[in-house]
Amino acid sequence: MAKTNIVQAINQALTEEMERDKDVVILGEDVGRDGGVFRVTEGLLDKFGPDRVMDTPLAELGILGAAVGMAAYGLKPVVEIQFMGFIYSALEQVFSHAARVRARSRGRFGCQLVVRTPYGIGIKAPELHSESAEALFCHMPGVKVVVPSTPLNAKGLMLSAIRDPDPVIFLEPSRLYRAVKSELSEGGAAMPLGKADIYQEGKDITVVAWGTMLHRAAEASEGFDCEIIDLMTLKPFDEEAILASVKKTGRLVVVHEATRMCGLGAEIAAFAAEEAMMHLKSPVIRVAGPDAVTPMARLEDAYMPDAARIKRAYETVMEY
Amino acid sequence: MPINTVGRFEVKYLQVVSEEGILDSALAPALSDTEIRKFYEAIILARTFNGRALSLQREGRIGTYASILGQEGSQVGSALALAKDDWVFPSFRETAVFLSLGYPLHLMIRYWMGDERGMKVPEGVNIFPMSVPVGTQIPHAAGAAMAMRIRGDKRAAAVYFGDGGSSRGDFHEALNIAGVFRAPVIFLCQNNQWAISVPRSKQTRAGTIAQRAIGYGIEGLQVDGNDVIAVYKAMKDALERAKAGDGPTLIECVTYRLDDHTTADDASRYRASEEVESWKKKEPLIRLRLLMEKKGILAKDYEDSVLKEAEAAVDRAVQEAEAMAAPDPADILNYTNAALTGRQKKEMKDLGWRK
Repeated sequence: MAKTNIVQAINQALTEEMERDKDVVILGEDVGRDGGVFRVTEGLLDKFGPDRVMDTPLAELGILGAAVGMAAYGLKPVVEIQFMGFIYSALEQVFSHAARVRARSRGRFGCQLVVRTPYGIGIKAPELHSESAEALFCHMPGVKVVVPSTPLNAKGLMLSAIRDPDPVIFLEPSRLYRAVKSELSEGGAAMPLGKADIYQEGKDITVVAWGTMLHRAAEASEGFDCEIIDLMTLKPFDEEAILASVKKTGRLVVVHEATRMCGLGAEIAAFAAEEAMMHLKSPVIRVAGPDAVTPMARLEDAYMPDAARIKRAYETVMEY
Repeated sequence: MPINTVGRFEVKYLQVVSEEGILDSALAPALSDTEIRKFYEAIILARTFNGRALSLQREGRIGTYASILGQEGSQVGSALALAKDDWVFPSFRETAVFLSLGYPLHLMIRYWMGDERGMKVPEGVNIFPMSVPVGTQIPHAAGAAMAMRIRGDKRAAAVYFGDGGSSRGDFHEALNIAGVFRAPVIFLCQNNQWAISVPRSKQTRAGTIAQRAIGYGIEGLQVDGNDVIAVYKAMKDALERAKAGDGPTLIECVTYRLDDHTTADDASRYRASEEVESWKKKEPLIRLRLLMEKKGILAKDYEDSVLKEAEAAVDRAVQEAEAMAAPDPADILNYTNAALTGRQKKEMKDLGWRK
């Protein structure tokens, strides 16, 4: 079987879901003829036509706002925001509308849409092409947040994200797009949102990570007996999986590239403190980006948690 | 080399009934006496509701309320032009739009009491919940209209906002996108001259809001917003174009907010009473009454019965709204997502909201 990368896996998921459900439409900048700047939507315009694969004007707010209206009318839009750093002008549409329509109308209207966007550091792109602002969305009630790490889960999670009745922010680690490959069958199954994957079993340290950092955390685990949890859905995250593992290992390290300050690691650490304090043998350690704006290409390696930093965290918790 | 003119534009202004109540029969749409009475009845109902809402607020029985006094012509004229399956995206100052489209009065009161159930729009009524952040609903209508076009439904979306809303990026991005996709959407701007304390002249240097349409290659016109017949005609024409595939229209209704911005505002701080008085003489009900008198369709007993019916309907609605059981705190969590997450279930239990 041919090996598939994450770009192809998401493309497959979009294709299959658009074939299955004619209400699924794609809109965004350059998603049509160009197939998206990372080619995730390649070939979809030819296959489904311009009514279902819409090249829009360059207007993130307008795109997200229009998608909210489409969803109200009953379509299931999949929006591409070209890079996560460009979503900021559209945050009001996500926070004030997509996330609240259901509550505001007491269930009369929902907002079934997916916002796909390349996310994270590591491709030496210009400024604001490397943001990892997942915590903003995790903080906002009403939205779900998903980050895949492999072609297999990228496809399975995308299928579920499109079918999910709530708005889903689907963050695609741009560094992994073509770097991770797996064998993928057509018509592969959807993977439930809210369930983590035990990426690697172990006895001494529970490591929670997602996206690019999952692979870094695994790389750094040589010489340690780490149980590595691929969180995949950041909101709602799989509390049971974390709890079960922490109860077993007694140690927790959370790794994310986003800034530590109010990052998702803080929530996971607080969760462990509230629910598993008596099982913890050591302090919970977060390996995360500093309280600084994401740097440009020349300094991105310095910013991103590397194997050495992650290893130090493993060493620290093992001192207890 | 000569400098060529590459574009030349004009902005039209529509008035059908003059301030003296004289109907321009060349411009007037075909309207039966019954239809004209419908405008009158809808304005009386909305005005009665509006007055009661202001009293209820003063009595502490509802929260902050945004009065529509003076804007009934723009709201009723446009709303009554819509077909049953068209969609509406309102702001928070559209009481007359809601009521003209048959929105249950008691739910409207319940909403202003601060109860989300008041925006649980009944099935079959295609009104999106009112949008509080100014202008942010404008792209929703563009998107819904794009969806209508994609599905091949012969419908249109209408979105309501004000002169303040027209300054927002949402307005510009929505008009632009709707234009590109020739979406069947009507952008209805009620230019009521004031965005809280900031006058229309400080929203834009442009002479009219209608001319903003030109920049997006869509139809735009200015209408006397206090002439309910003119607004109706502008809206009907725009809907017809939209459904024929001829794209969006921006309608600027020139009107006036006669009351404070909301019950939490004091407009005397920033505008002259002479200005308000001059607009009072032009308010939409005076105009419609003059027209109906000239047509001989405004008998005293008819007037009395319309008012009595409106008052009775509002009385019933207030009673019904106040008789509703208190909202269930569990609904705070129940409607955040389609289904409760594990975390939310735990919170429900911890807060003692689970029955």
